[in-house]
Order: sequence, then structure tokens, then C-alpha cells
Amino acid sequence: MSKRPETAESPPEPRREVPIPLNGVDRRTVLKYIGLGAIGAVPLVASTQLMDGLVSDVVAGPESVDETAQSGSAKTQSTRVRQWTMIIDLARCDGCQSQGTAPQCTLACIEGHFAPQPMEWIEVYEAELAGGGTQFIPTPCQQCENPPCVKVCPVGATFSTPEGVVLIDQDRCIGCRICMAACPYDRRFFNWGTPPIPPEALLADYNPEQQTPATRGTVMKCDFCPETVRGGTLPFCVQACPQDAIWYGDFEEDIATNGRQIVKATELISERNGYRLKEHLGTQPRVYYLPGHGEDVGRDPEDEGRMPTEWPWIERAEGAVTWTR
Amino acid sequence: MDTMSNWHERLVRKTTRPTLVTTYRYWVWLAFLVAVFANGVFQYSKQWSNGLYVTDMRDRISWGLYITAFVFFIGISHAGTLISAILRASKATWRAPITRMAELITAVALIVGASFVLIDMGRPERIFNVFRYGRWQSPIMWDVMAITTYLTASVIYLYAPMIPDLALYRDRLSNKVGVARRFFYETVALNWRALPSQVRLLGKAITIMMLIIMPIAVSVHTVVSWIFSMTLRVGWNTSIFGVLFVAGAIFSGVATLILVMAVLRRIYHWEEYLTPKHFLYLGYLLAAFAGFMIYVNINEFLTSGFKLEEEGEFAFRQLFVDDFALMFWFYIIGGLLTPITLMLFRRTRTIAGVVVAAVLVDIAMFFERYFIVVTGLRVPLMPYEPASYSPTFVEWSIFVAGIALFLLLITIALKVLPMFAIWEMTEEHERNVAREPIPILQGAHEGGGDGAPESPPDVERLAEGGVS
Ligand code: SF4
Ligand code: SF4
Repeated sequence: MSKRPETAESPPEPRREVPIPLNGVDRRTVLKYIGLGAIGAVPLVASTQLMDGLVSDVVAGPESVDETAQSGSAKTQSTRVRQWTMIIDLARCDGCQSQGTAPQCTLACIEGHFAPQPMEWIEVYEAELAGGGTQFIPTPCQQCENPPCVKVCPVGATFSTPEGVVLIDQDRCIGCRICMAACPYDRRFFNWGTPPIPPEALLADYNPEQQTPATRGTVMKCDFCPETVRGGTLPFCVQACPQDAIWYGDFEEDIATNGRQIVKATELISERNGYRLKEHLGTQPRVYYLPGHGEDVGRDPEDEGRMPTEWPWIERAEGAVTWTR
Repeated sequence: MDTMSNWHERLVRKTTRPTLVTTYRYWVWLAFLVAVFANGVFQYSKQWSNGLYVTDMRDRISWGLYITAFVFFIGISHAGTLISAILRASKATWRAPITRMAELITAVALIVGASFVLIDMGRPERIFNVFRYGRWQSPIMWDVMAITTYLTASVIYLYAPMIPDLALYRDRLSNKVGVARRFFYETVALNWRALPSQVRLLGKAITIMMLIIMPIAVSVHTVVSWIFSMTLRVGWNTSIFGVLFVAGAIFSGVATLILVMAVLRRIYHWEEYLTPKHFLYLGYLLAAFAGFMIYVNINEFLTSGFKLEEEGEFAFRQLFVDDFALMFWFYIIGGLLTPITLMLFRRTRTIAGVVVAAVLVDIAMFFERYFIVVTGLRVPLMPYEPASYSPTFVEWSIFVAGIALFLLLITIALKVLPMFAIWEMTEEHERNVAREPIPILQGAHEGGGDGAPESPPDVERLAEGGVS
């Protein structure tokens, strides 16, 4: 196992200087990260290293990267199963108005997953604020712990993993769509026609954690990138957010990172009055929101509207049909 | 002189007519239905090769006309159970001439309804996953179990009381029909000789089936409603759905039975057996269920409308004043209030009145199924513009093909199966003869057949006013 000299004390590098080699940091480094995380937010060298450390540097050593990718779940050092979570800071999200682009979390997700047009697995809704103006709400699948969609699936094509992620096995799905009726967050998408697929996606080896290539007549949704994370990289949306508004973490070790900082997940949620969408429904989402309307990055709530999403690879998807939502 | 054997002869002659006589109109009708059905198959082939893309269903309104049709036809299938099982259990003697048609409608409607589930599937070729990986926790699995059980039970329940009639067909028609049907009757009549032991056995079988089919039927449309009410959608998330669906199912089932009866009565001149009394009683039943539906609907809308939760307001608006108001008010006024009104007044309490009520009820119940499915899905879950849905030509074609299949199966059954429980009607007639003074009986039968001897005055008056 190669040791990397960087520690939390090294000067912060400009973020998203990915790709960074995915070889792990050693156990002590990780512990140090986590310890610092417990104290509060600290600058992080590169998010990928943290995730790498979290995931691949488990007791079994480096070979476990492959093992865990194929089977089983990501584990903590004491082999407890990770419990992924996402914390979305609405005070930092401006719907990418300042960038002049469509929300970059959505765009990155589409690029990374080849999500067929018009699916926005993480969709940035614009909701009215009680006192006028709007807020942007990036909405991935909420990864409910009491998931209505899983309960209704007749064939077990939708299932919860031990890591608390809800996945879909598109090889088994019969396309009955009762899960779409059951999801209270509008987070499920159906391949109504033969989905547009760019040539490179056709080469992918299908598995429910990647959902590539998409197939007609089956349901898709945000998969929380468990495979990506196990491989040591943060989810596409977290990496792409120019405002660092999205945190990804693990409740088992109570840690979360937005790619720049690393914090104690529960503390972040409590201190910022985090909440979950439609909490009264009892679905127990794994996605938390910190209230706000982009004020931390200087957004005026009266400044409404965002750019529409585009599918950059759509021309390369031959003979594709697309539809509207 | 109308002796018992005369009466029986006439009954056999009249009821076997569709089996023996094939008019050119029959062929035209059959060809028409086959054409409509074939168009549906052709449209479905497009869906098979392009996916559900050819429909107007999309992510936000992800169920539409197909699921509506599924609920509607499964609902109609409740005709058989109510008429047949409940009336049999309550020993309502007037049921004898209508049980067979009711049971036939049940079996046929179930076949059509169940096919719409397949049609709605994104991956119909994976249907066997339901058996390979089936999870009994899923409402869809409850439906699969309930509907297959109900189909099995209602086919048995159709078949068992038919055995004596099939034996009659075997004995009386064998030299009048072709080889195929002769062989068919010989096989399915199961060597029925009306031996006392056979009669006893059959009686027992019918009683047992009658008892088990009632809870099965109630469970079927309850679990159909649970497909919706097991979700967290406003408008679907209510405990009254089971009751609403079962009541609506029987309601539309009775209406459909009335229509089938009225049409066949007219074509085959079965006025003597399908009397105004039958229509009147079924009309009363319709009115009673309309009243019950009103009660259930008030329960449903008042409990949610009084509180008017946030999304509830949208659900209400689209139903009461906006997009679906026309359908909704047609359902309330045309489908629920009008049938009651028609049955209230002497002038409209005719066969024609009952048939009009039945037509209204069937249309209204289709609308009801439609707006339950579509409005439930249309309420926005997140801050987005409400979606819209209007079925495409493909969807309509397949839906109409479903109706055609329903009629086609009945049309074919006319050629093959006894449409009346001849033996039950004969038994019933014997009882009446034993009970009633002879002159009245004669009078009734010689006077054109309409109006059974014990008809209330009301009913006799109907004879002139009714369709004939
Ligand atoms: S559409 Fe697929 S994933 Fe959804 S409930 Fe049906 S079989 Fe399960
Ligand atoms: S948000 Fe919807 S799709 Fe995601 S787990 Fe919850 S119910 Fe299922």
C-alpha cells in the first residue's frame, strides 16, 4: 500500500483537481481525518482521497476494493456497514444562476450515468418561499429507509441495500410502474421508449449500481453512486457542485464531506436545523436539507428561474427517441 | 293448454335458438367485432416494438387508460357474484333466468380485465418474473393471487350449474349441430344423467362454490383498490377505497348485466323469461347501489374536503371545477342521481328506463375509474407544473378492442353455451305451477309471455311500456 504524504495540514489545493490516483491513504491518515472532522470543518486535500480512505482502506487491505465492488457493502474499519447519507445545503444552492448554466449537479449526473433524456435523477426544483421569492431544491432520490417504492414492487426489482441505498435491478423489473405511483418525491423515471444511449454507454457492464446501459420498459432513478464511492470517488453531483452545497457522508462513522471540508454529519444537520422532505410521511429519507435559498452565495430570492437541462451526448445516441416528462 | 311439458319444450326451443340458428346478422356482427379486435392487436404490435412510448403516459402520469380499463372490467366481473351467489344464498327465486348470463359476464370480464394488466406492462415478456421472484408483500401480487383465484372460482361456478344444461344440449342438439360441438357437449356434460346422486352432488358443489366465491369476489376489488390506496398519494390515500371499489364494481356489474339482458332479450325474443320484473328488480338494485355510492362518496370527499390539506385543495379543484369537472359531475348527476330518479317515478320505471339508467351507470363508472387513476397521479408531488394526459389513438384502439373482446367472447358463447339455467328455471316453474292456480298461469303465458304470474301491478303495466 502506497503512503501518501498529504495530511489535513497540507495547504488546501484548488478543488476538483481530479483525477487523483485512487490508491488509498493509510489507516492512520483516515483516523486523523475523521478525528479532525469531529472537531469541526477542516479543509480537505481532495475529496477523492477521503472517500478512498473511507472505503478501500478497510481491514482487508487494498484487494478489498475489487471484492467490495463486486459483492457486499462498503464497511468501516470495524467492518460495520456504511450508512450513506446526503446533506444538501440550500443556503449555498443558487440553482447555478451564478454560473449561467443548468444546475451542474444534474449535468454531471447525466454525463456520468448516461441518464436518458428527459431523466434528471437529481432535479433542481424551484419552490416558492413563504415570504415571496423562491428557493432551489436539488432533489435526488431520497433513499428512504422506509421506502414506499420497495414495499410495492411485485418482483423485488427495487430493493434496499445494507448501506441504506435503494436500487433497481433493471434486468428484473417488469415495468408495472407501481413504484412510480408509490414514490412521494417524483423521483422515479421510466424508459417509455428505447432510451437514448451514447455508444460508449453500450460498452458498460450492466449492474444495478450503475444502471448503464438503460433498457426500454424499466424504471430508473438516482442510485446514490455506491459503486463510485466504493471506488474512492464522490458522487458526480457532489463533485460538480460549484458552490459545495452537497455533502455526502456516512452515518455509521458520522462523517460527511462536500469535497472541500469534512464534518461530523449529525452535527452539521443539527447546527443548521436540517430537515427532510415530507418528513410527516414517515418515509425516513437519507437525504437531509439545510434551510436556505442560496443566501450564502449571494443569491437574491426574487431572482427567479434557472437554465434548462441539456443532454450533451444526445446527438451521439443513434436512432434515439426522447420524450418529455 | 299450457302443460308443463309444453312449457319446457318452448323453453328449450327458445333458449337453444342462438345455438342452432345463425343469421347473417350474426356473422356481420362477429366480423365487426373481429375487425375492431384485430385493429387493437395491430396497435398493440406497435406498442410491443416501440414500448409504451406510443401512449401518452409519462413519468408523472404513469398510469392511464389501460389501468382504468383494468379496474373497470374487473369491476364489471362482479355482476356474476352478486346476482348469482348472493341471490342464490338469499333464495331469491326470480334469479333463475339471469344467473347464467351474470356468471358468463364475470368470467369474460375477468379475462379482458386481466389482459389490460399485461398490456400496461413495460416488459410484458418478463411476466414470469412475477412467479419466479414474486413478493407476497406487494399489492400487485395480491392482485395476481386474487384475480387468478377469482377467475378459477368463477369458471367453476359458471361451469358447475351448467352441467345439466350441457347434458340437455348433448341429448337434444347432438344431431342438429356439427361434430365439433357434439363432441364438446359430450365431453363437458360429464355423463350427467340427472341421477339422484348426481343431483345431490351438484347441489352441494354449487352451494360450496356460492359460499366461497362471495368473499373471493369482495377481496378482488378490494385489493384492486389497494393498488392505489397503499400509496401515499393524496386522493388515493384513504381507507374507504376498498368499499368504494367493491360497491362500484357491483354497481357497474349490475348495469352491464342489464344491458346484456336487454340486448339478448330483444334479439332472441326472450321476453317470456327475461320479464319486466327482472329489469325492475335489477333497476332497484342499481338505485340502491347508487344510493350507497353517494353515501361512500360523501364520506370520502367530506372527510378530506373539510380539512383540505395543502395538496388536497389541488385534488379537489381539478375534480370539482377544473380539468375533470365534466367527468366528475357526469358521474355524480348522470351516474348516481339519475338512476335513482328514474327508479323513483312510475313513468320511468320501465325496461327502457332501467336500460337508460344502466347505460348511464356504465359510462359514469368508466369515468369514475378514469378520474380516480389520472387525478390521483396528477396532483404534483414536488414544485412542478401539473402534468397532462390524453390517451393516444393506440391507447383508445386497445381499449375499444378490449370492449370488442368482451362482446366477442359473449357472442361466441351464444353459439356454444346454454345462456339460461334451463334446469333451474324448470324447477322454479314447477314450484310455481304447484303453488299457483292454473288459470292465472295460462293467462300469463297466452298473453304474450310478459309478466310473471306474481308480478306486482306495477310490473304488468311495464309490459306495454318496455322495449320489446
Ligand atoms: S416498475 Fe419495476 S421496479 Fe417498479 S415496481 Fe414494477 S417491477 Fe418493481
Ligand atoms: S425517494 Fe422515491 S424512489 Fe427514492 S427511495 Fe424514496 S420512495 Fe423510493
